[in-house]
Amino acid sequence: MEIPYAVKPRPDTGLYNAKIGIWLFLASEVMLFGALFCSYILLRVNAPEGTWPHHWLNIWMGMTNTIVLIFSSVTVVLGWASLKMGEFGRYKVCQGITLLCALVFLSIKSFEYHDKFIHYQVNLKDGRVFDGHLQKAESTPDKFVFKGRYIDKPEELYNPPLERAEEPPVTIAKSDIKVDPVTKQPMMENYGPWHNTYLAIYFTLTGLHALHVIAGCIVIFAIWGPLARVWEQDPERYINRVEVSGLFWHFVDLVWIFLFPVLYLL
Amino acid sequence: MSDHLFTTQTLQVDEHTIEEMRHHIRRYLIVGVALAIGTGLTVWASLINFGSYEINIAVALAIASGKGFLVAGFFMHLISEKKMIYAVLSFTAFFFAGLMFLTVWSMAHNNIIQIR
Repeated sequence: MEIPYAVKPRPDTGLYNAKIGIWLFLASEVMLFGALFCSYILLRVNAPEGTWPHHWLNIWMGMTNTIVLIFSSVTVVLGWASLKMGEFGRYKVCQGITLLCALVFLSIKSFEYHDKFIHYQVNLKDGRVFDGHLQKAESTPDKFVFKGRYIDKPEELYNPPLERAEEPPVTIAKSDIKVDPVTKQPMMENYGPWHNTYLAIYFTLTGLHALHVIAGCIVIFAIWGPLARVWEQDPERYINRVEVSGLFWHFVDLVWIFLFPVLYLL
Repeated sequence: MSDHLFTTQTLQVDEHTIEEMRHHIRRYLIVGVALAIGTGLTVWASLINFGSYEINIAVALAIASGKGFLVAGFFMHLISEKKMIYAVLSFTAFFFAGLMFLTVWSMAHNNIIQIR
């Protein structure tokens, strides 16, 4: 039995099933990200004075990723418009570029995550705090080599200058690191989501967003590659699929447009 | 329905559709450039001291909202969408506004409205 309005729009609403479906889904997504944005606001305003970090993320990487996502949104609509004009070859090129942009976005994000996981705050026995990136290749189990700086005042930790000179390598012996009285482990923690509430909400928001990018990538790739034969059999159905996947992709772009200033700039 | 049940069809593309799509494409490219400029503007504004941190936040969110409008309005075609979609989104807007109101209200209630 043919499912009604799977391709042709329903006369009273003017919409085919998948279109109303994706908008209902996106409505639920707005509430999901909305709840996380509210969590961000509450965590930020509740943070003790001077402890909310600024400039912990690389603005230029965030900006590059924003431009990459915007560019991919343009190629998605250009791909859809190409199909509407019957130009399948141009659509393939446009969506191919979209997929490439998604990979670039995820690569930059992975690089940023890696940078946080090798970034450590080290509490020393003499009371000083060291903040820097672990040089794994040069470190041994008893000696750690970092590129970073000693922190004199807390504001240097939470609000570092935007531009910093190349930091020389510093060797710290394991025996010089303060030991946590409860865990009996050296007090040396990387900038993972467990480090503080800022990084917790940063990893939650960007991680969830990255999952959406991956999901969008899989759907766009499936329509672009294995399901491309549908274009020959039922072009209208194919255009609808491209439109629906495109709506999801634009939503992913929309979320990032708000994440970028909130996490990287403010 | 599985794909193998499709009957082969052809897409009817007339001159009017092609002309309309070309117009759309020009618009998409302009919106894309505007979004890129908006991104640069957001970064530039964040590096300027407007006198109070709250103003910096308001400016950044205003630019982001403008960019959001361009994406939703033109790329997602919300400026010329069907009434049914507007109905769905009006419910979303209502509950989203409620969520934000409760958040701000809870902060005001606890006297922690100062942004750090």
